[in-house]
Amino acid sequence: MAADKKVETTGVLGWIDQRFPLTSTYKAHLSEYYAPKNFNFWYFFGSLALLVLVIQIVTGIFLVMHYKPDAAKAFQSVEYIMRDVPWGWLVRYMHSTGASMFFVVVYLHMMRGLLYGSYRKPRELIWIFGVAIFLCLMAEAFFGYLLPWGQMSYWGAQVIVNLFSAIPVIGPDLAIWIRGDYVVSDATLNRFFSFHVIAIPLVLLGLVAAHLVALHEVGSNNPDGVEIKEKKDANGKPLDGIPFHPYYTVHDILGVGVFLMVFSAIVFFAPEMGGYFLEYNNFIPADPLKTPAHIAPVWYFTPFYSILRAITFPFLGLDAKFWGVVAMGGAVVILFFLPWLDKSKVKSIRYRPALHKWIYAVFVINFIVLGYLGVKPPSDIGQIVSQIGTLYYFLFFLAMPWWSKLGTFKPVPDRVVFQPH
Amino acid sequence: MKKLLALLALVPSLVFGAGSNYPLDTAPDLTNDLAALQRGAKLFSNYCLNCHSAESMRYNRLRDIGLTDEQIKENLMFATDNVGDTMNISMDPKDAKKWFGAAPPDLSLIARSRASANGPGADYIYTYLRTYYRDPSKPTGWNNMAFPNVGMPHVLWELQGEQVAKYEEVPAGYGKEGTVQQFVGFELTKPGTMTQVEYDQAMADLTSFLVFMAEPVREDRFKLGVIVLLFFGVFTIFAWRLNAAYWKDIK
Repeated sequence: MAADKKVETTGVLGWIDQRFPLTSTYKAHLSEYYAPKNFNFWYFFGSLALLVLVIQIVTGIFLVMHYKPDAAKAFQSVEYIMRDVPWGWLVRYMHSTGASMFFVVVYLHMMRGLLYGSYRKPRELIWIFGVAIFLCLMAEAFFGYLLPWGQMSYWGAQVIVNLFSAIPVIGPDLAIWIRGDYVVSDATLNRFFSFHVIAIPLVLLGLVAAHLVALHEVGSNNPDGVEIKEKKDANGKPLDGIPFHPYYTVHDILGVGVFLMVFSAIVFFAPEMGGYFLEYNNFIPADPLKTPAHIAPVWYFTPFYSILRAITFPFLGLDAKFWGVVAMGGAVVILFFLPWLDKSKVKSIRYRPALHKWIYAVFVINFIVLGYLGVKPPSDIGQIVSQIGTLYYFLFFLAMPWWSKLGTFKPVPDRVVFQPH
Repeated sequence: MKKLLALLALVPSLVFGAGSNYPLDTAPDLTNDLAALQRGAKLFSNYCLNCHSAESMRYNRLRDIGLTDEQIKENLMFATDNVGDTMNISMDPKDAKKWFGAAPPDLSLIARSRASANGPGADYIYTYLRTYYRDPSKPTGWNNMAFPNVGMPHVLWELQGEQVAKYEEVPAGYGKEGTVQQFVGFELTKPGTMTQVEYDQAMADLTSFLVFMAEPVREDRFKLGVIVLLFFGVFTIFAWRLNAAYWKDIK
């Protein structure tokens, strides 16, 4: 037998530590993981995303116990959960609200990364894992949305899967392969169910783990964009760093409290959220023979849906639909390259020129406008606005290597800016 | 609006086209009023539940509006003997389609699915139930303001009586010549067993029952929500003070 590993702990913990890195893991990721002390409001959303992930998984487990992934039974089984399963309505509303709130939290989390340059060296991989998580989340939401088997579920899936048929040569066959049928049907529902409850969550959990491991390897960025590891005390601890536990655990619990108030307010008083979280049409069972007058994706997809609809002209002999799909996909994929597109001298928006702040502000407003237009039926003015918006969206990223160098930067302080509470 | 007016001028019987823009009346919210919900349930089982099903709704769920199993069985249950059954009907959807042009939709969730940007589902239903009018150009002899060219005849005509839609000639508007027909109101041509006030009240009852049926847990949800929000409010205050207690050391 190999020599016993030297551990500081004794008793049961000591026994475990000799066989499993429990104490060292706890220290590395919580009690001796040093985070900058100047986190602000924007830094709540990472832990909140984790909370929503847990809510989705736990409520999802209970929903699967009663849901029937069968085209003839799916819609009724959801109503069965809403009416006959004890507390089923609460679990279902938590899951449907959780889906939308996941995107609220993740969009704000990404916004934070954008504002403070959290994707810059050495945090490129954190960002890449994060974008992959975002992609998974979109897939998860898309697959999950078919499961209630309402009119919007059905026709939303029909429209999105049809997009694949725009790909030259392989498109039509690819669309059939995805559906498992010539139209969205029972076969489609079954495979989407499988993706929603097994495949995507597995990938998602792996990516979340990678996202956190990568973060803890290089340490968190902060609103000043200052590297706290560059200024350490005699013991090698960062001067501006504080142990994640207990300081940020209690801090995040406060965030959780406020978040759960908002979350419960929606779950109990407005689970439909005016038709944005649960679309009215989805209370009608799927009818393959009756196309709704207006098919709109759920709100969190609408900025990208607007980009898809903005492309209205054929190009290189391929039709507009294909280029719409390319633009929509490109709008997400371009995020992966952000760490190398940003050539700004400083990370944080705090020390960037006013020009950059304006460009960012317009980007955010533009994204919201695109989202708004994606909810609305197509219109002439809407089309022009969404085309300008799409152009701006892509120029923001593609021209970033140039505009991010422009203007007069403010001096970045040596240490983080912090006012004691 | 211009298209709308043009349509009016061309086909007066089509009135507001397929997607109606008829302004919805606000339905009185009686979902807290058990007596109103019970009256609504009675109207529902007597007038609706013959052609329309409510497959998600169990008869014994009517206990939630203050009825006993015996009351439900004796007064409201005609299609089954089992109070735990869902509200099914015996009409074959294929026959229904042949007779009415479309199978009557299941009404379990009608109050939720008919919500739109124009207003809550309750407002739509309340308006729909009160805006049937005589229209000889339709196969059933009936038309509806909220649902133009509706397949269903006016089932509640004995209660409401018969009304006709009145139109006035108005100028076609800016930049247009001639006149268009504009709807100005209904005129009761044959009184029913109820006065207009009584009928409106009855339809408010029925609408509130449909809102209840679309989500029986709705009232409980609101009550529980208050408690949960209070809990998280207190929780957040503690979390806030706990956070402050730790962070006072950080300089």
